[in-house]
Amino acid sequence: MPSPQPVEAKKVIGTSPVAKQAAQSLGARGETGDQIFKFAMLLCGLAVLGTLVLIVYQLVLRSGPSWHAFGFKFFAGRDWDPVNEQFGALPFIYGTLVSSLLALIIAVPLAIGVAVFTTEMCPKALRGPLSFFVELLAAIPSVVYGLWAIFVLVPILSNYVQPFLSRTLGWTGFFTGPPYGISMLAAGIILAIMIVPIISSITREVLMVVPQHQREAALALGATRWEMIRMGVLRNARAGIMGGIILGLGRALGETMAVTMVIGNRPEIAKSLFAPGYTMASVLANEFSEATGDLNLAALIEIGLALFLVTIVVNALARLLVWTVTRGQPARSNA
Amino acid sequence: MPENAKSPALNTVAPIALRRRITDHVMTGVAVLMVVLVLVPLFAIFAYLVYRGVGSINWAFLTQTPKPVGEAGGGMANAIVGSAFILALASVIGVPLGVGAGIYLAEYGRNRLGDVIRFTADVLNGVPSIVIGIVAYSIVVLYQKHFSALAGGVALAIMMVPTITRTTEEMLLLVPRALREAAYGLGIPRWRTTLSITLRTATSGVITGIMLAFARVAGETAPLLFTAFGNQFWNLRANQPTAALPLQIFNYAISPYDEWHKQAWAGALVLIILIVTAVAAVRFAVRRGTFGAA
Repeated sequence: MPSPQPVEAKKVIGTSPVAKQAAQSLGARGETGDQIFKFAMLLCGLAVLGTLVLIVYQLVLRSGPSWHAFGFKFFAGRDWDPVNEQFGALPFIYGTLVSSLLALIIAVPLAIGVAVFTTEMCPKALRGPLSFFVELLAAIPSVVYGLWAIFVLVPILSNYVQPFLSRTLGWTGFFTGPPYGISMLAAGIILAIMIVPIISSITREVLMVVPQHQREAALALGATRWEMIRMGVLRNARAGIMGGIILGLGRALGETMAVTMVIGNRPEIAKSLFAPGYTMASVLANEFSEATGDLNLAALIEIGLALFLVTIVVNALARLLVWTVTRGQPARSNA
Repeated sequence: MPENAKSPALNTVAPIALRRRITDHVMTGVAVLMVVLVLVPLFAIFAYLVYRGVGSINWAFLTQTPKPVGEAGGGMANAIVGSAFILALASVIGVPLGVGAGIYLAEYGRNRLGDVIRFTADVLNGVPSIVIGIVAYSIVVLYQKHFSALAGGVALAIMMVPTITRTTEEMLLLVPRALREAAYGLGIPRWRTTLSITLRTATSGVITGIMLAFARVAGETAPLLFTAFGNQFWNLRANQPTAALPLQIFNYAISPYDEWHKQAWAGALVLIILIVTAVAAVRFAVRRGTFGAA
């Protein structure tokens, strides 16, 4: 919808002599007012742009010393030793990736299940309350998730889930070691709970724009409801669902508090998910205000810069995918 | 004999049909299971929050400052007020900027610059909150040389702006064009039309957007860790370190003391109640206000 132009307004005003008079008396003041107003609003708009530029500028500027000292080796180094000023970010990158992937593995089936159920299966009366409850999950502050995870999730993991997993799946190597509860696994699970609402709300949005005739066509050909969902709905919405998943990934990568509270905060790379880990966001939360020197601070800010760049790429990709489904042409018009 | 004629067909089709029907039922069951698995943690969190929180909230918690370790009692009154203070600072900075940018996008933003700003807002929305904390630290704390409520307010304001911008734009675009044209027809200048007609009509939507942004940042902890920093005492000066409810919950939750754990639960319950009532109250007020006007 193109916004109305001032020219049109003048034309309308010009039709009656009284209005013409009014327009003349108002005209000059109105136009200056318009210019000032437009300029002020433009400044607000530019402030949004300026904020992003400022973020990039500050992160690049202040991470400079670390970049000069370590270069690309910063992202491959395994030592994090503020006393001897040796900084390598690999354990944090590893922790961020593993905890986020773990969260996705758990959250994706749950979120898609919820979205499919609410859009395709459940009675209409249940639809509203169900979406409301799932969205309520998104309203809980991260620190409250962390609190709950420390006092409820972690004890459950160490008393029941971890012993069970090491008995049954210990041979894979992913589930070995002492069951302390505080672990990469705990971080992955709490992250999963936190990203389910994002993925499921985007998926629901995408499923709802799949044309009704796709469903009717599938049913008319004799498909059962599940076959209709699989072939007529999910296949058409693939790109958008992928977008929702990646958006969830973006959130998981940057999530700080809940993870910091349960992951154990030890910069180690361990194969077992029972071992403690450390993420990029957690190390910032724990060490930033206690950084001992300029190089230490710069190294932490460089981790922030890396986190920033990764989340921007991930989010841009996700928005593009969601956009192709909800606004552009259907992702697969020939399906 | 129609029955006989049908039966061979049924015999050949039936096994496949049965398998397909079973798959259909199984998948429905799986979807229901997924829903249950998602709702269980939700109810577990709320139930446990109420159970632990209600037992720990008392008058002292709401009116006193924290006591040193080992002493019983004390509360989070300074953190509750500090949170409100930081949020007020954030709103004073973030709301006008966000609404202004939204007006720009809706009224003047059908061009390349508008697209760039729109995209920027979406990108800002996805920036991890801890990174925003770093930036607020760099531009406020390093400049002031100490942690401050203002730095926390700036960090939260940066987080509020994108949400407010995008919802304001959407809400303004929903206002029928005829309304604007009617205003132009009366000789009202464009800026007056935007403020008194378009924005006025969209008020309830715009405020809902503001409340969404508010609710989102009210529970934020990460960007406050090295900006507002926290404080054991009362503070209402913008250039001093200030306590905030989420910070206090975090510090108490990771402490080894039972007494502090209790306070953390009470704090979490208060935080959620404050967020929910703030949002509900404004929505209620807005709904009544616009019914009167419309």
